[in-house]
Amino acid sequence: MRALPWAYLIAAFVFIYLPVGALVLFSFQAGGLPVPPFEGPSLRWYAEITGDRDLMEALGNSLLVALGSSFVAVVLGFLAAYGLARHVLPGSALIRGLLIAPLTVSYLIVGLGLLIVLTRTGVGLSLVTAGIGHVVINLPLAFAIIYASMGAQQQNAERAARDLGAGEAQVIWLVTVPMLAPAIAAAFFLSVTLSWDEFIIAFLLTRFDVTLPVEIWSLLRSGLSPRLNAIGSLVFLVSVTVVLILEILIFRRKS
Amino acid sequence: MSRDTARGWGFVAPALLWTLAFFVVPFVVMGAMSLATLERREVVWGLSLANYAELAEKAYLWRAVLVSLEITLTVTVVSVVLAYPLAWIIAFRVPKRWQRLALLLAILPFWTSYVVRSYAWLLVLAREGVVNQTLMNIGLIAEPITLANTRFATITGFVHFFVMLLTLTIYANLVQLSPNYRRAAMDLGANAFQTFRHVILPLTLPGIVTGAFLTFVLCIGDYVTPQILGGNTELTVPQVIMVQLGRRADFPLAAALAIVLMGIVTMAYLACARWLRLDRI
Repeated sequence: MRALPWAYLIAAFVFIYLPVGALVLFSFQAGGLPVPPFEGPSLRWYAEITGDRDLMEALGNSLLVALGSSFVAVVLGFLAAYGLARHVLPGSALIRGLLIAPLTVSYLIVGLGLLIVLTRTGVGLSLVTAGIGHVVINLPLAFAIIYASMGAQQQNAERAARDLGAGEAQVIWLVTVPMLAPAIAAAFFLSVTLSWDEFIIAFLLTRFDVTLPVEIWSLLRSGLSPRLNAIGSLVFLVSVTVVLILEILIFRRKS
Repeated sequence: MSRDTARGWGFVAPALLWTLAFFVVPFVVMGAMSLATLERREVVWGLSLANYAELAEKAYLWRAVLVSLEITLTVTVVSVVLAYPLAWIIAFRVPKRWQRLALLLAILPFWTSYVVRSYAWLLVLAREGVVNQTLMNIGLIAEPITLANTRFATITGFVHFFVMLLTLTIYANLVQLSPNYRRAAMDLGANAFQTFRHVILPLTLPGIVTGAFLTFVLCIGDYVTPQILGGNTELTVPQVIMVQLGRRADFPLAAALAIVLMGIVTMAYLACARWLRLDRI
């Protein structure tokens, strides 16, 4: 009976790591199919994907969209959080509700709504439209994270700065932003991971230039291939790196 | 309007305008689109309920709603049942100093791109895949069994993702509980099961319901997992929406299906509203 919890823990970890394990292991497969028996290890497929122009272009596009949309989301989210926390606004609960609202709607519906409006108004689909969609889904998170960390502590420092003659722009740039740096960084990196991985909005709102998840999607049609394993392992590596940065940024500070 | 308020609006305006222009307006247009009709491939605006009527009449449409509901409810229940013990073990059996690491490891694959994660399950469940090969090697089966392109595969892919999410939320709930509750129950003569059933479970119910609701919402709106793992034997609502967009460019019907999806989510919200603590996520 004593061993039962540990057996469960091990079984759960096997289940959780089974797909990732198979993904990474068979990315080093020497043969042409990512299934047992394992032959290798070989870096053949990694060499092939880094030489693939379409794929590397999609990877660059993904980074561009992720960084650009996260930057816009964090700037807009920060300004809104500052405005709501430091100024008296009528209907502020309603504004907060409206800013958070996109979180409650599935990505497919956000993308579908934008697609309808864009095609009706004749705006062409591109990386920019995908980026706009990603700002819509990341703005609520960025706003919520930054708003939650705006406390009395910064307010006192802001007041002191104002008493010493700083204008509002100086207060924000020299006091508020540095004091909130961990929350702002957390919001930014979270946005980057979500946008970097996002598929359905990017799929609906891009056309000729696509992001990496969309490119991977089109490769899926040709079935199982160690190439896909190699790409997937790389994407996983990037996400894990960003998550670990987040972990260190947020939790080291707290403890 | 005071100067302070005017300045405040200046800060809030960019985010507010963005949300209005790229979320609220598209949403309203989508609602209007669901009342339009398609005539000779052209959208004709109007106030018609034809799309919703079609939903009730055509079997492939309402069956998709049923399939989505069945899959989502199964996934939600199975995920909670599997995640609770895992969160429990991490919270109460794993030594304190290893808990953060155990939790981090338990949810690390959560961060695989979700297209890639579904593909990875395809690898595991394929005819020549890891599961079939292992089962044949140890002699449990003679022939490979069909695992991929079934509802079972879709549910497995979903459960994998949501077990990680729920382990995180339930763990957060369990460690918040004061150990005094457990001690008091034990002192009053309750055995481990009674303590769980009458003390811990009721106290963690809001957390469980919140996690389950989140699972329900994310699961019912997902297109990728059923599309990659489920094959095309039965379609979920998001898959049917994408079919409308692709083949026939039937935006009005797609919009109506999206509204139905939102209706289902709203009903789920109302059903568990009294336990939900969305502000605590």
